Amino acid sequence: MGDLLVLIGMIAMGYFVGSYLERRHYASIRERESAFVHLPATTLKKPIHPEAVTESYLVHGSVVISLDYFKRMVAGFRNIFGGNLGTYETLLDRARREAILRMKVDAKDANEILNLRIETSSISKSDRKGKIGSIEVYAYGTAIKF
Amino acid sequence: MYITNIESVPGRNIVEHFGLVSGSTVRAKHVGRDIMAGLKNVFGGELKGYTELLTESREEAIDRMKAQAVSLGANAIVNVRFSTSSVASGAAELYVYGTAVTVS
Repeated sequence: MGDLLVLIGMIAMGYFVGSYLERRHYASIRERESAFVHLPATTLKKPIHPEAVTESYLVHGSVVISLDYFKRMVAGFRNIFGGNLGTYETLLDRARREAILRMKVDAKDANEILNLRIETSSISKSDRKGKIGSIEVYAYGTAIKF
Repeated sequence: MYITNIESVPGRNIVEHFGLVSGSTVRAKHVGRDIMAGLKNVFGGELKGYTELLTESREEAIDRMKAQAVSLGANAIVNVRFSTSSVASGAAELYVYGTAVTVS
């Protein structure tokens, strides 16, 4: 009985705290994205005017993000019936946008970022108490100044 | 030292190739950081300790790659790629590689 209460408590906390954190994170992502609208990140390999470029350097940003308990439960149920895992989709979307934003912060006063690459890897560790599932997103590219 | 992940250094010409240079680190997680990660698994959110750890490890790998390029006499590394693989429970390998060149 005690175990069940703990479980329900963890799911409830995961749901309320997790969704609050997610809303706050999305608000902050939107705000910073509009602040960086002048610095486009492209997947082009060559600058449009190579002769105008004065400086180029590697920039990167990364984030490790973890699922909350409620989302993990929902994902567990979805595994039985199949279908989209909406909870994982928003998690990955947040992580990627955050990594790109951090890369743009690293680029400081550059004019453009070329050849943006995003790498996603899952960092998980299982032990007796269960599994720690977290995802690392790493974004990197070449910043150029005109 | 110029480092880019495109095939050239814009505005400069590549005059000499030195071949592949690479750097890697294998890092295990810190116990204290793991405890926090366990708590964060209930609420969700960013695991700052891990973000820092992986960033530091990547910087280390980049430094090793740079040292290798310097020893070859290169002044730039182009077409840099990163790769991450988890080699054992709780440990990750961060690998970075590129082509060492001399630019004018």
